[in-house]
Amino acid sequence: MSEPAQPLVHRRSFLSGAATSAAAIAAAVPATSLSADTPAHVEVQTTERPGADFMTEVFKSLGFEYLCANPGSAFRGIHESIINYGGNYKPEFITCCHEESSVAMGHGYFKVEGKPMLVFAHGTVGLQHASMAVYNAYCDRVPVFIVLGNNLNAATRRSSVDWLHSVQDAAALVRDFTKFDDAPVSLPQFAESAIRAYKIAMTAPSAPVVLVADAELSEVPIVGRADLVIPKLGFTAAPAGDSASVAELARLLAEAENPVIVAGRLARTNAAMAHLIDLAELLQAPVVDSGMRMNFPNRHPLNLSGNSRALIENADLILGLEVPDFYGLVNNIGRQLEYSSHPITKAKLASISAGDRLAKSNYQEFQRYQPLDLDIAADAEATLPSLVEAVQHRLTADKKRAFEARGVKLAEQHTNILAKARLDASYAWDACPISVARLCSEVWGQIKNEDWCLASQSNLFVSNWPLRLWDFEKPYRHIGGSGGAGMGYGAPSAVGAALANKKYGRLTVNIQTDGDLMYAPGVLWTAAHHRIPLLTVMHNNRAYHQEQMEVQIVANEHNRGITRTSIGTHLNDPPINYAKLAEGMGMLGIGPIEKPEDLAPALRRGIETVKRGEPVLIDVITQPR
Amino acid sequence: MKPLAILVALTFAAILNAADADNGKKLFTADGCYQCHGRQGQGGSAAPVGSYGPRLAPPTIPVEALRAYVRHPSGGMPPYTAKVLSNSEIDDIYAFLKTIPAPKPVKDIPLLNQ
Repeated sequence: MSEPAQPLVHRRSFLSGAATSAAAIAAAVPATSLSADTPAHVEVQTTERPGADFMTEVFKSLGFEYLCANPGSAFRGIHESIINYGGNYKPEFITCCHEESSVAMGHGYFKVEGKPMLVFAHGTVGLQHASMAVYNAYCDRVPVFIVLGNNLNAATRRSSVDWLHSVQDAAALVRDFTKFDDAPVSLPQFAESAIRAYKIAMTAPSAPVVLVADAELSEVPIVGRADLVIPKLGFTAAPAGDSASVAELARLLAEAENPVIVAGRLARTNAAMAHLIDLAELLQAPVVDSGMRMNFPNRHPLNLSGNSRALIENADLILGLEVPDFYGLVNNIGRQLEYSSHPITKAKLASISAGDRLAKSNYQEFQRYQPLDLDIAADAEATLPSLVEAVQHRLTADKKRAFEARGVKLAEQHTNILAKARLDASYAWDACPISVARLCSEVWGQIKNEDWCLASQSNLFVSNWPLRLWDFEKPYRHIGGSGGAGMGYGAPSAVGAALANKKYGRLTVNIQTDGDLMYAPGVLWTAAHHRIPLLTVMHNNRAYHQEQMEVQIVANEHNRGITRTSIGTHLNDPPINYAKLAEGMGMLGIGPIEKPEDLAPALRRGIETVKRGEPVLIDVITQPR
Repeated sequence: MKPLAILVALTFAAILNAADADNGKKLFTADGCYQCHGRQGQGGSAAPVGSYGPRLAPPTIPVEALRAYVRHPSGGMPPYTAKVLSNSEIDDIYAFLKTIPAPKPVKDIPLLNQ
């Protein structure tokens, strides 16, 4: 992080100086340059009070720590103001090599810090690069504050590129998957819209917002402006469930014999985990944590995520907390050629979710419709405290005894799940390529005594090994998934998470899939350039493996070519040397590691370097999953 | 053991003896089995909700059960018809799976006891 430089203009004198500088420059033009016969027109060539300085003040007022951007001429005025007028401090400019990386870094940053990242992009070419990452953030209900440079006034476009990079309605490209946008035509409107956008982005359910910053507005002088004020930022309380619905849910939970709590995108803040522990322990009810957020400690005796299917089948009440795909949770959807689907449970279904409060039509991320017995359209985290209280009021001594007996049985199941995970991991333990279970176990062995954060998904790509084998006991131990299942998210979101973790001194670990990294590997350079400590351990199976599996299914269904599915899906000819790639980006690269016994020394060496404040990449040749 | 049972057992033993484990290993990769089940048949993905690619090695089911399932699978596995995978090739794959030893006990792997 750079030291704060002294702003060229003190913020408090911003307005008082705004009217004078342009006139001062005009007066300095030599008299000999003027014609004696015509009225003098003095070309103003400089200004020390551009509109961008006010925009910078607006950004500072919102408390952004960082600004992620690939430089773009459409916002050059704000770029210059941020680094000179603003002193490149809060926000500090983080140089990105792709706009998708900028937004995805913001995605990962928020999941650790709980505050939005500021992102700049060209309104045209930059936003087109960024759009996939915007979609991921939208699906994952993560706010990112995106500012688009644009030159709306055609009369002042100077070059053909200015025309190519101008657009009537810049935000239209992502309006289907953002929560709010505006294109202010004045500086006062810019300030008001920025504050409004920030507030809306942070109001649950959160999502990205877009503000178009007009280039002309940012570069022309501010003359005689007494109207430049920045409105005070206010926050909206998250919508909590109404008391009648909460009371009814408490009744259902207290009376259920086999309730199951399923946590989706529950944890909006670090407070959520404690609330969910309170509810689960009060009821002695099992919790299935989807892995979308760090909702519940995985070693808690009531965490039965590894037994989810049986729990769902045998439940008499299922409570979903911000579960985006309730239908998929309670139905079996066949994978064979003919579509088939059937319910797997007769349980009553209850949901607390703010999902319907941010519903848009075009992109189908809202999933298949599932009828529910009790549907509370509210933020689950905000509702949990009142639900806990309502359940407490319903507990009798008899119920407490029954719940305790249930809890003992569930704890036994939890122990068995962990034992099974360890047994499963023992298979192919010494295999080459290295099993993903071995890889994850070796990483855990090296980080377990550190203050760590897993900044990658514990999902199908890694057979969920981290959540099966590690001990996730704190809210920041992992950051969940991408939201939109859009590839290219992993590496930049991990760098963003590591950037947020830096000031806390946490060891950030990213188990990085190879295909994902190849979308925009330039983010490794960003990590090296800004000295962002991050341990990247490659899960290098040399394929877009999920896609190969998809093609394999179809080849089998079509009764042909079952041996040809590597075409278009493998990344092995030539094999990519990620250690060399990392070295080329200016960071320590280790590997490729092909033998399991070589993992521990490589990890120790890598962690030593990360602890010195540097990013490191270790390339590991792995099994598919 | 009754004579008929002995005959059946001997027949299956003969089938397995005739099976080619080396070819089975090649097929296990070439035909995509490894994609879900791992290169040593150790099993694949397990998610909080749902899973697929169960462990295959060492095999715990008889070869005829494997044949039957491969032809008409349920769940996430796609079918392998006789047009793309013959019975003898399934037998070869089964023979390969039988060559894979059981792992050492978990208690003997320190990293799995942390």
